[in-house]
Amino acid sequence: MTNKQAQTAPDLALQHEVEQFLYRQSELLDNKQWQSYIDLFQPEQGMYWMPLLPSHTHWDGTPSIFVEDVDLMTVRMKRVTHPNAWSQQAEWGTSHVVSNVAIESIDAAGEIHVRSRFHMMELRRDDLRHFGGSYRHQLVRTADGLRIKLQRVDLFNAQSPFEYVLQIWV
Amino acid sequence: MSHTPHIDSAELQSLVEVDRVHRRCYSDPDIFELEMKNIFEKTWQYCGHESQIPKPGDYYTFQIGRQPMVMVRGEPSASHPEGAISVLYNRCPHRGVQVCGSRAGNAGDKLTCPYHAWRFHYDGSLESVPLEKGYRDTRFDRNSPEFQMTKAEASDSYRGFIFARLAEGPNLLDWMGPAKIAIDDMCDRSPVGKVEVVFPSNRVVQRSNWKFFMENQIDAVHPSVTHMSTGQAAAEVERKIQRQTGEKPLHYHMLSAFTTPFEKWDTLVNTGYPYGHIVFSGYMGLRPTDPDTRAHEAVLEQAYGKAKMEEYLDRNIHHVLLYPAVSIQSPLQQLRVLRPVAADRTLSEIWHFRLVGAPEAIYRRALWYFNLVNSPATLINADDLENWQRGQKGLSASGSDWVSFHRDYGRDKDDGSVLESTNGCSEAPMRSQFRAWLKFMTVNH
Repeated sequence: MTNKQAQTAPDLALQHEVEQFLYRQSELLDNKQWQSYIDLFQPEQGMYWMPLLPSHTHWDGTPSIFVEDVDLMTVRMKRVTHPNAWSQQAEWGTSHVVSNVAIESIDAAGEIHVRSRFHMMELRRDDLRHFGGSYRHQLVRTADGLRIKLQRVDLFNAQSPFEYVLQIWV
Repeated sequence: MSHTPHIDSAELQSLVEVDRVHRRCYSDPDIFELEMKNIFEKTWQYCGHESQIPKPGDYYTFQIGRQPMVMVRGEPSASHPEGAISVLYNRCPHRGVQVCGSRAGNAGDKLTCPYHAWRFHYDGSLESVPLEKGYRDTRFDRNSPEFQMTKAEASDSYRGFIFARLAEGPNLLDWMGPAKIAIDDMCDRSPVGKVEVVFPSNRVVQRSNWKFFMENQIDAVHPSVTHMSTGQAAAEVERKIQRQTGEKPLHYHMLSAFTTPFEKWDTLVNTGYPYGHIVFSGYMGLRPTDPDTRAHEAVLEQAYGKAKMEEYLDRNIHHVLLYPAVSIQSPLQQLRVLRPVAADRTLSEIWHFRLVGAPEAIYRRALWYFNLVNSPATLINADDLENWQRGQKGLSASGSDWVSFHRDYGRDKDDGSVLESTNGCSEAPMRSQFRAWLKFMTVNH
C-alpha cells in the first residue's frame, strides 16, 4: 500500500506515467495493433506470462497458459495475421478496462513494480466472453520510454474450463 | 437419469457404411445418449493417474458417460501399502447427493454426505448413519449394496493409469491390446518406469461432437492445411533465430513441423484395433542428438542396458488413441481425455506427466509442447476447434447427409479385426473407428 508520506509530487507524475502506459497497452490490444503491442516489451528480456495458478512464482519450468518472449509473441502475431488463420475468419473484438493501478515498489535497479486489475469482454461471432484478473508489470526505463521486462497476468478464471481458447494476449 | 432412446440395430446399421457415415452419428442427440450408454458406460474409461491422489482420502471427480464418478485413495493396508484406489459413483445412497463436492480434494476422516451426514469408508462402504435406531424394523440394511456408495463394476490400473468400467467386459489389458504401447512408451522413458502428473491440467470445451477430436488426432491430411498459419509463422521466426544464433530451438520445430507436406505425412502408418484403438506410427524428430537427449540416453542405459534403451527410445509413435476417449502422445508424455457433454459439446482434460528420474531438460522440452500446443492459449488447437465447430454446424444441417471416408478405401490391409492403412493420409483409421462404433452401438440390442 502506498502511504500518505509517499504521495509526493514526483510519485504522482510517475503514477500518471505508469497509468498512461497501461492504458495505452490495453488500447493497442483492443485496436489489434500487434506489432506496437509487442514493441512495449524489452526486445531481449521482455516476457509475457499467464500462469495457470496464482501460486506459481516463475514461468521457467512451470505449465502456463502463455509463456512468450518477443520471438514467440511474433509467432503469435504472424499466425493471427496469416491469410489462412481459419479461426481468424470469425469477426471478433475485445474491450479492456484497466484499473486499481498501484506502484508497489521501485527496486535498486530502478525497475518499477506495478499492480493493477483488468476486465475484458470479448465478442467472437455472437458469443460474449468475460475475463478478469490482475496484471503485475515489471517496467524498466529505456531511451524509448517505459518498457516491459515481465508482465504477469493472473486470469481470475484461469482454472475454469475454457469455452474455446485464447488466441491473443489478454 | 437421462432417457434412453430406442434406435434399433437396423437403423444404426443403415447409418454406417464401409466408406461413409451418416451425419446423424455426429448431430443426433438420441444417438449421443445411446453412445453414452453403449460405449462410454460399457467400456474402460480413463479416470486419472494415481499420482493425482497420493494421500489417503484424496479424491478426484470426473464423468463417465452420464455418471458422476469419483476415485478415492484408501488407507494403507497389508495388501495395498500405498492405499487401494476405489472408483465410486459420486452419489450418496440416501438421497442421491454428490458426496465429493470439488473437482479434487481430500475427503477428510471419512467420505461424508453434506446433507444428512451419512459416512462412508474410502472404499464406499457405509460407516455410519445418524439416528440409526430409526431404521430398526425397516428394510434398511447397512450391509446391503443399496446402502453403500456404489463401486464401478470394475476398476484397474496399468503402470499408475487408473481406468474403470461400468458394465461387464474384458479385463483392462485385453481391452487395451497392442494399444497399451502408449503407456509403456511413456513410462519406459523413465529410468524407474514411472511417471507422475504435473499439476494442473488444462480443460477446454469444444463445441463439437467427441468423434471430431478422435478422428482429428489421427488425420494426417489436416495439419498442413489447418495449421498452415502457425506452421509458417513459426518457421519464419525459427529461421530468424537460426540466422542469429546458428541454432534452431526444438520448440519451434514442434510448431513448424505442422507444415510438413502431405507426401511426408503419407509415409506414416495407422493401425486400428478391434475395440476402436489406433496406433499412429510416425516420428516428430524427438530423438535428436543434442546433449539433453544424450544425457537421457545415458540414464536409461544405466537403468535398462543399451539394447533396452535403444528399443524404448526408437519406438516410432506419434499418437495412440484408446477408444473412445483417450489420446496419448507418449514421446511428449501428454494425455487428453474426453468427457462428452452433449452431441455438440465436449470437455477435454489435458494432462502432462513428468518422467520420474529422467533429466530435468527432458521435462522442459515436453513442457514447451504442453504450453504451446496443449494450453488454453494453444497456437494449434485454435484452428482445430474452429474447424470442428464449423463441421458440427454443417453436420447439423440437411442437404447432404453423408460424411466421406473414401480416401484409400479398398487398399487397407484388413484381416477383419485389425485394419492397417497402406499410407498415412488414408482414412482407414476413421473407417476402423466406425467399425468398432457400430459393434458397440448394436450389441445387446
